Amino acid sequence: MKAFASLVQLLGNATGTLEKLNALSHYFSTAHPKDRVWVIAIFSGRRPKRAISTTQLKQWCIESTHLQEWLFEECYHTVGDLAETIGLLLPPTSSTTENLPLHYYIERLIQLQNEDEEEKKKFIINVWKELGKDELFVFNKLITGGFRIGVSQKMMVNALAKATELDASLIAHKISGNWDPQTISFDQLLLHDHGNNDDSKPYPFYLAHALDGEPHELGEPSEWQAEWKWDGIRGQIIKRKGTHYVWSRGEELMTDKFPEYSSFINSIPDGTVLDGEIMPAKDGQPLPFSVLQTRIGRKTITKKQLVEAPIAFFAYDLLEWEGKDIRHVATGERRALLEDLITSIQHQPNIFLSPSIHFNNWNELISIRENAREKYAEGLMLKRKKGPYQVGRKTGDWWKWKIDPLTIDAVMIYAQKGHGRRSNLYTDYTFAVKDGDKLVSFTKAYSGLTDKEFAQVDAFVKNNSIEKFGPVRTVKPELVFEIAFEGIAASNRHKSGVALRFPRINRWRTDKKPDEINTLDDLKQLLAVYGK
Amino acid sequence: MALITFTDQGLYCETGQFYIDPWRPVDHAIITHAHSDHARWGSGHYLCHHDTLPILRLRLGNIQVQSVAWGEAVYKNGVKISLHPAGHIIGSSQIRIEYKGEVYVVSGDYKTEPDGISGSFEPVRCHTFLTESTFALPIYQWEPQETMFNKIGQWITKNQQEGKTSVLVAYSLGKAQRILQAITPITKNIFVHGAIWNTHKTLQDHGIYLPDVQKVTPDIPREKFRSSVVIAPPGATESSWMKRFQPFSSAVCSGWMQVRGNFRRNNTDAGFALSDHADWKGLLSAIEATGATKVFVTHGFQSVLSRYLNEKGIEAAEVKTAYGEEETISLTENSDEL
Repeated sequence: MKAFASLVQLLGNATGTLEKLNALSHYFSTAHPKDRVWVIAIFSGRRPKRAISTTQLKQWCIESTHLQEWLFEECYHTVGDLAETIGLLLPPTSSTTENLPLHYYIERLIQLQNEDEEEKKKFIINVWKELGKDELFVFNKLITGGFRIGVSQKMMVNALAKATELDASLIAHKISGNWDPQTISFDQLLLHDHGNNDDSKPYPFYLAHALDGEPHELGEPSEWQAEWKWDGIRGQIIKRKGTHYVWSRGEELMTDKFPEYSSFINSIPDGTVLDGEIMPAKDGQPLPFSVLQTRIGRKTITKKQLVEAPIAFFAYDLLEWEGKDIRHVATGERRALLEDLITSIQHQPNIFLSPSIHFNNWNELISIRENAREKYAEGLMLKRKKGPYQVGRKTGDWWKWKIDPLTIDAVMIYAQKGHGRRSNLYTDYTFAVKDGDKLVSFTKAYSGLTDKEFAQVDAFVKNNSIEKFGPVRTVKPELVFEIAFEGIAASNRHKSGVALRFPRINRWRTDKKPDEINTLDDLKQLLAVYGK
Repeated sequence: MALITFTDQGLYCETGQFYIDPWRPVDHAIITHAHSDHARWGSGHYLCHHDTLPILRLRLGNIQVQSVAWGEAVYKNGVKISLHPAGHIIGSSQIRIEYKGEVYVVSGDYKTEPDGISGSFEPVRCHTFLTESTFALPIYQWEPQETMFNKIGQWITKNQQEGKTSVLVAYSLGKAQRILQAITPITKNIFVHGAIWNTHKTLQDHGIYLPDVQKVTPDIPREKFRSSVVIAPPGATESSWMKRFQPFSSAVCSGWMQVRGNFRRNNTDAGFALSDHADWKGLLSAIEATGATKVFVTHGFQSVLSRYLNEKGIEAAEVKTAYGEEETISLTENSDEL
């Protein structure tokens, strides 16, 4: 546990990527092999099911420390992380007990899933008494989840590549998909050639960088293929040995969430892997993302939902064909194979070819892109026809070229302290527009300011609070911000009647006064134009 | 009429006709300590501890000021005034005022653990206590100074082994002098930023013992900094001033480093939760030791501490002050030092 705690410490403290990479690869070369597997699992979102609820943790900490509940809550809002709060509140331990490995704690936590509350409490309180401060924090984190220390999949893959001297893209493939950290060994996972035995295994997604400049800089338009950049969930559909699997880009297996796909899956031959977008659509016409939101997160799907929120698959790439990995084949050739396949099954209602957009020159494409929002697209994708399908986010062959977001000027009315890196700092804001002489809140936004700006707004909040409701402060409506968002939909859950898609702070309008902000009518107009 | 009232200028004793740590110019100001949020410019007459005097002169220029020793009584319009050690920084004092048997104590900033240079915090019995609350949450439990000094020492040694300069970020008045005790057992090769140098020199000239340090100046060749320790004020770490120390490792010494989020925002390589303020338990024990039946809570987590005290049966209320803007020295102000 000490080794893992110091790894987390190092990763959290590291100011550069190289330092993080070295810390990780050192861990992957030296730690107990079982612990290595668990670290890969934890950092790739394969944490075991939660055995203990956060409410239980909180309760037991309050009991152990004899603190008032409100005082515990104040601490939690200041620290912004439950695991850390508990670690700071518990009395310091002498921490001399034996150093048990990471997997011991994880395996015990898994066992506890089936034990009663008394047993769970006994174990947790005992561990709290035994572990030193840093180990206590990571132990609590194992329960509450989400280390958030800036370890990307790419970094982990590179660290493993360094530690094992294997090729990074091979590792990316091996650690993707379905594997159970409880039963698989480090060697089985990475070194043995077991990859083909697992039929569900997806390929690592190729991700695009944003195109900042003009498309003209990309050279000859004829060398490029353009498609809509959809606002859905990136996904892979795998069909092998008669069974199909649906993976999201977040490497979540979502097969059961989209029963619609069974309708066409029999028409797809074994040994096929499609890359595309999971999208709400009716009669082949995309619907807004908010429709998809009603489906994700649900465990069971009713017939009514299937009718009201039908989900289709818009295929744009073919990664495996006739059982062979064809990612090295040029994009243009893969596209031709894909078109043949989809055309042959186009009579099926829930699968479509994501069209390639015909254009003769860049200026023509620029004007086509202007219509993206009407298509429920976020913009365009540009793919070099001669390029292969790469692993992860690589510059050069794929570009995403988004349209400018919608924007509205609003005033900040509530603020709340942030989490993690932003703990003890007011960084989570609620914004309002004008409705006559009233202010109506319509969105929250958490990102878009620099650290320096956050510090300034934080100081403003602390000096201009009107009221305090638990962690939320009502502040003087004085600071004006431009809020950017990708889409707008009607919503009966919000006072304003609208819900925004991906809202963030575009800039701080220090040049504007609160009476110069947009109105609720302005929002409703945007809804009328873009929200249907 | 209460002995101390809260006005737009600061904490005011009408009977005695003086203010304590006023944030606007007044006729008579009694100063708890020389940090800029407590000792402000423009008042007609100042009263402070002997060891606060030189820094007050350094920072406020040519002022009319009287200094006293701890425990020495001064009278103003029949109000008895005395200063008592607060343990926060060199010269820092609590202000005790007494009139017709009623006693108020204003804590200024304080810490309960003796740090070796600031004098030991002395609990002063009173009826009404005005306490700071910078770290008034139970998550703030400081480790003993010795433990923190060992950690800092180990960090410096590790940097030396890697051939790196150790840059410690500390407030120029207080922390910068205190951490010298952690550094000198490891190395005598210590450099300080110009802002810290001024304070250091002033205190030394005043007769306070501090180890010798060297001022960072543009003419010092880079090799000289190799494996040394540099003390820099907050703000300096984000400037090009730091370039000359490469390769270096940096660390912030502050109670805020107790919480990971604060540390991670800093973009330094290490953080040491070493504070010149009392932690949660320190605040509670200090308040209890005064025997006060009424407590006013100033700058920090006021609402938490006053609610906690009220629930414990000690009458407490929050007071809004202009304190708590901890010292940050912007480099532009000190550009002549570079």
